[in-house]
Amino acid sequence: MTKLLGIDVGSTTVKAAVIDGENIIYSSYVRHFSRVKETVLVELQKIGRQFPGEYSVAITGSAGLGLSQRSNVAFVQEVQAAFIAIRKFYPQTDVAVELGGEDAKIIFVTGGTEQRMNGSCAGGTGAFIDQMATLLNITVEEMDALALKAEKTYPIASRCGVFAKSDIQPLLNQGANKEDISASIFQAVVDQTVSGLAQGRKITGRVLFLGGPLYFLKGLRKAFKSTLKLSDEDAVFPDNAPCFMSIGAALYAASVETEDIGDVIARISAAKGSDDIVTGKPLFESKEEYAEFVKRHRATDLQFADIATYSGDCYLGIDSGSTTTKLMAITPDCKILWSHYQSNNGQPLDIVINKLKEFIKLSEGRIKIAGSAVTGYGEDLIKSAIKADFGIVETVAHFKAALHFNPKVDFIIDIGGQDIKCFKIKHGAIDSIMLNEACSSGCGSFIQTFARAMGMEIDKFSQEGLYARHPVELGSRCTVFMNSAVKQAQKEGAGVDDISAGLSSSIVKNAIYKVIRASSAEDLGQNIVVQGGTFLNDAVLRSFEIETGKNVIRPGIAGLMGAFGAALYAMENIQGSSSTLSLPELEDFTYSSRSSNCHGCTSNCNINIIKFNDGRKYISGNKCERGAGLKPVSNEFDIYTYKQNRLLESVHGNPGKMGRVGLPMQLGMYEQLPLWAGFFESLGFQVVLSEKSSRSLYFKGQHTVASDTACYPAKLMHGHIESLLDMGVDFIFMPCESYNIDEHCSVNHYNCPVVAYYPELLKANNERLTDENFIMPYIDLNMEKPTVKKLHEVFKKYRFTQRQIKNALREGFDRLASYHSDVKDKADEILWKATETGRQIIVLAGRPYHLDPEINHGINKLLTSLNLAVLSEDSVFEKSEMVKVNVLNQWTYHARLYRAANFACSRKNVNLVQLVSFGCGLDAITTDEVRSIMEKNGKLYTQIKIDEINNLGVVKIRLRSMLAAIEEAEKRAK
Amino acid sequence: MEEIRDYTTDYPKWDKSMRSTHKILVPDMLPWHFLIIQEVLRIEGYDIEVLKNENRTVIDEGLKHVHNDTCYPCLCVVGQYIDALKSGKYDLDHTALMITQTGGGCRASNYMSLIRKAIHTEFPQVPVVSVNFSGLEKDSSFEIGAKLFLKLAYSILYGDTIMWCYNQTKPYEAENGSADKARDEAVAYVVDKFKRGGYSKYKKINKRLIALFASVPRQDLRKIKVGIVGEIYVKYSRLGNNNLEKFLLSENCEPVVPALLDFVLYCIVNVVNDGKLYGHSKFKSFLYNVVYKAVHRMQKNIIKEFERDGTFVPVHDFEHLRRCADKVLNQGVKMGEGWLIPAEMAALAETGVPNIVCTQPFGCLPNHIAGKGAIRTLKELYRDENIVAVDYDPSATRVNQENRIKLMLATARENSVQTGNSSKAV
Repeated sequence: MTKLLGIDVGSTTVKAAVIDGENIIYSSYVRHFSRVKETVLVELQKIGRQFPGEYSVAITGSAGLGLSQRSNVAFVQEVQAAFIAIRKFYPQTDVAVELGGEDAKIIFVTGGTEQRMNGSCAGGTGAFIDQMATLLNITVEEMDALALKAEKTYPIASRCGVFAKSDIQPLLNQGANKEDISASIFQAVVDQTVSGLAQGRKITGRVLFLGGPLYFLKGLRKAFKSTLKLSDEDAVFPDNAPCFMSIGAALYAASVETEDIGDVIARISAAKGSDDIVTGKPLFESKEEYAEFVKRHRATDLQFADIATYSGDCYLGIDSGSTTTKLMAITPDCKILWSHYQSNNGQPLDIVINKLKEFIKLSEGRIKIAGSAVTGYGEDLIKSAIKADFGIVETVAHFKAALHFNPKVDFIIDIGGQDIKCFKIKHGAIDSIMLNEACSSGCGSFIQTFARAMGMEIDKFSQEGLYARHPVELGSRCTVFMNSAVKQAQKEGAGVDDISAGLSSSIVKNAIYKVIRASSAEDLGQNIVVQGGTFLNDAVLRSFEIETGKNVIRPGIAGLMGAFGAALYAMENIQGSSSTLSLPELEDFTYSSRSSNCHGCTSNCNINIIKFNDGRKYISGNKCERGAGLKPVSNEFDIYTYKQNRLLESVHGNPGKMGRVGLPMQLGMYEQLPLWAGFFESLGFQVVLSEKSSRSLYFKGQHTVASDTACYPAKLMHGHIESLLDMGVDFIFMPCESYNIDEHCSVNHYNCPVVAYYPELLKANNERLTDENFIMPYIDLNMEKPTVKKLHEVFKKYRFTQRQIKNALREGFDRLASYHSDVKDKADEILWKATETGRQIIVLAGRPYHLDPEINHGINKLLTSLNLAVLSEDSVFEKSEMVKVNVLNQWTYHARLYRAANFACSRKNVNLVQLVSFGCGLDAITTDEVRSIMEKNGKLYTQIKIDEINNLGVVKIRLRSMLAAIEEAEKRAK
Repeated sequence: MEEIRDYTTDYPKWDKSMRSTHKILVPDMLPWHFLIIQEVLRIEGYDIEVLKNENRTVIDEGLKHVHNDTCYPCLCVVGQYIDALKSGKYDLDHTALMITQTGGGCRASNYMSLIRKAIHTEFPQVPVVSVNFSGLEKDSSFEIGAKLFLKLAYSILYGDTIMWCYNQTKPYEAENGSADKARDEAVAYVVDKFKRGGYSKYKKINKRLIALFASVPRQDLRKIKVGIVGEIYVKYSRLGNNNLEKFLLSENCEPVVPALLDFVLYCIVNVVNDGKLYGHSKFKSFLYNVVYKAVHRMQKNIIKEFERDGTFVPVHDFEHLRRCADKVLNQGVKMGEGWLIPAEMAALAETGVPNIVCTQPFGCLPNHIAGKGAIRTLKELYRDENIVAVDYDPSATRVNQENRIKLMLATARENSVQTGNSSKAV
């Protein structure tokens, strides 16, 4: 009898199953390490020997498509294959959830069959879990074991690895335990699947869980079961889950013609690689070329001094990074006396103390620490713990170090394991800083993860790439995209060496074209210094030189540049003797830490309190000074706080006999609240505002979010709607406005498409909204008469007269005008006071809805804590003359930005920081234009991208670097 | 304040005299429509060339020359231009670039300035000329008189009929290549009409075009029909959508690509709607309504020709599309392709094409609302509606896109078997 054979070729594994009659007589699961064709052949030959004879064969799986085409073997899409197998073996299933290496899928079997697959943002998959395990520096199995012991979970973003990292890193640094973090990661995967993939459709009944991660990871299973509230009976984890698709493919093969297995093997082995794959030039043509390259870079190594014999002064630099700790001591003539590099495992302070003790012991009293400086993420903590002389922002430390190797340096790029930092140097100061963010996330750890997936150590893996003949082109966007590019390359038969070289070059391209956004390699600069652990990898270094067409300097201490720069800084700036703890003091040093919640305000920040043995305290995790036990900085220089209060005051709070109208506080409502509050209150309604924005409010509405890649303000709107519905208002009002109010400074006065039409999306995706409880008229507020008519018609059932509507609308406009004029008056006051007191002023420019503290993450407070005054774009743009720009100036809010920038350029003590929401397509246009306005006037341009994650640490680095540059410029001017 | 601070960078302007000295390069979007338009403009005396470069360097040049968060179509267009200008095939001192602007509220109207910025350093002498009807770029607009305007409108009508018939013929042709032969013949016939006159006899011409394709011998097959909707560039352009039509053909499907005229009518109707919704200029709205009515009448007549012949499903009636839109969302959603997207998805479902690829550039703003945002409503309206939303961007790989489309096709086949069985049972 004919046997059925199914082969499932996934991104990392090959699965095979043979069915004879009703029985599965063979199944296997092997990793293919990118040798797809060979692995499949080995499997087939094994099967052929064990069970010779006639077969019907089908291939499935994301990497199996090409193989099936070229060998002319039947193909079935993998979700379809799963579906076939479900109906055969688990017919009582209602829903199937399958997590694969890089895909996540849901199949709704009953109640309207539907098959769904994740879009191109592929958080919440196996690859995501691998990435997080790498970040925690444990294996996936260890993570699983830890997760089972968890006591609580934290909210972690799962849409994107970069976001998740930003959530996890602070947790680690605050000493949250790995058990809880592991469980939180699994919970994030579940949330992503339930909300992102199911999008409102309920996962109930009997649920089948498929795919490798769900088979191997008990913690993940547990999280799914408890989130979906499934009983043991309803949560089905089949024993053959890993090979489930191959079984489905085998069942599908029943409709395929039979042939001898030998013929199939022959066809597959004869299958050629196709020409689709794009390849580049080899990194090195010959061994000689490589030797020459190695020699050239050796020349920039530092010299060493022998700690066993040296006596005299030394300078200590410490770089306490978010994942690693680096220490270095140098002699006054810049020789390395001692250095240390270690992953900090969440305990940076312990490492620093222990290593310092070691160092001081080694020095046997011959060496004196004459000065010390700390930089990096843990700067404040370490500085206060060891009483270091200086704390400096890391960009300044890196710049100092680079200067040592090339006094003419004009560009520095640092690629570490988890992040990329680049900065340009102009006139001896840091001019602009670029950091990687979501969608440009390829860093060093990415190569490491890949090496592991291919079963290799990182060193061996990158060595392989050095002499690859045909490095593959892998694109340069997000790591998930790169994963699928690798998948495609594997499919086309690329070898490990070609993939290794391709990865090195894609990391470089990602840095140059995505992070830096250089239009060409010449843009970067003439004297480039590269650093960071990733550049110690010769394949990456070579790729960088090839891509830029320049020889660059990679110091031998590329991984230690922050510490080296800090040491240099200490040497240059120390006056008098150093305050650094001595050996006896270090011996006595102890500390205790406990975590707590700050109750200073409604943010309830998780804070960490560290007590040193000499009675000093150090508090971290707080967003503002209040948490640190300091007196809060006054708000008198902060227009954001003023606006937040003033905006809400425009609701007078009438009881309202006509009923209760709900206004959702995001997007356009952040500008038009006074108008609509005035309108409804004068008609006799009570105005009810939605709950304050927060992460948990976002989660409340997440299940109705239709498009994951929309901006955070838009996605938050879903939570606001839920909150108003829960408050039981009579109706929610949110107008659709193609046209914003014309402020007469642009060619047209549109809203962006999201602000203009988001009500349509809300209505379509939230089943609780109806024509009665959600009022969304299309209006153009510049046209009074038609607007009155439309509103009259919309509120027909309340029997208002047209005159009443008109008067109400006028009251609304009056309130809006008075809000605007109060904001402008406040801006004048701040401007005047700040100028009087010699303060620098920052125009924090974005959109009206960036006023929401959940959107701006308290950046205004961060600025005031750095002693700056803060204005907003809408409070100053009218102080500027009109501007003519290169782009089509046709959106009201965006037109304000150009004039605000022009205003900032007209004053010496005013600078501009632009806030940009991630996913805002229009800002791709405005940012370049605002930058060019600033630069034409010789001003710095700083842009901060904001999303649901809160990464104030990075923002602070940017702002401090900006301040350092402004200071430098002032010094030069004098 | 009356003063104006000028931040613009100087750029070469287009003036009418250049028509005799400059070659004009146009990015490709719809190969056969654009071929006809190219010929029409050549007859008018313009030296025009539709770019055909589609290699990987096009995308790489695009990546290097525009902001990476800008939408993919812009990247493709800029890439095609730069790649062409660098090819050495053109006299750079006598070459101009042409681009359309709708003046709508999405980023597409800004392609013009983005192109200027992209070529500024390397090709400072090359002017960019705008085709728009909104009074934009007055110093660099392409002059279109009434007569040329009509000719272009006819080109679109004929291009649509050719594309529409070809897509219904190619999957079923009995002899390999005969549909392509018919298409070549059809294009030659239309171009000839423009050359010799008689191009305005659209009823007669359409009848002839339909007959040409109807005469291609067909196999009696039933194939899955798959509609392609979405953002206009990635919906139509091979370069933008990784040759989606060809992929669907290779999957044994019939691609159903809605007509370009629908987009033109959509733009016209939006002005009429602005009048209705917001009370904007009554006169303008009236004028556009007159134009709309006239063009729509032509569309109706063409539909009659299709019905008379009987071989092909006729093109969509635009009034039907508008009614379809009303079921899903307000026609006020007018940025980008706006309400046209759900309208087409609904109309396709109502005309026996429930399987749809909704193409969108990664991060396309209007598509959040009118594409992905509307799918839920559509599924409630049409139970069989089977939509896959596919993102296109420089790094999204073909294997990823095709895998998702294959999933949609698997469901389509499943549904078609089910409906097939049930009809047998009856």
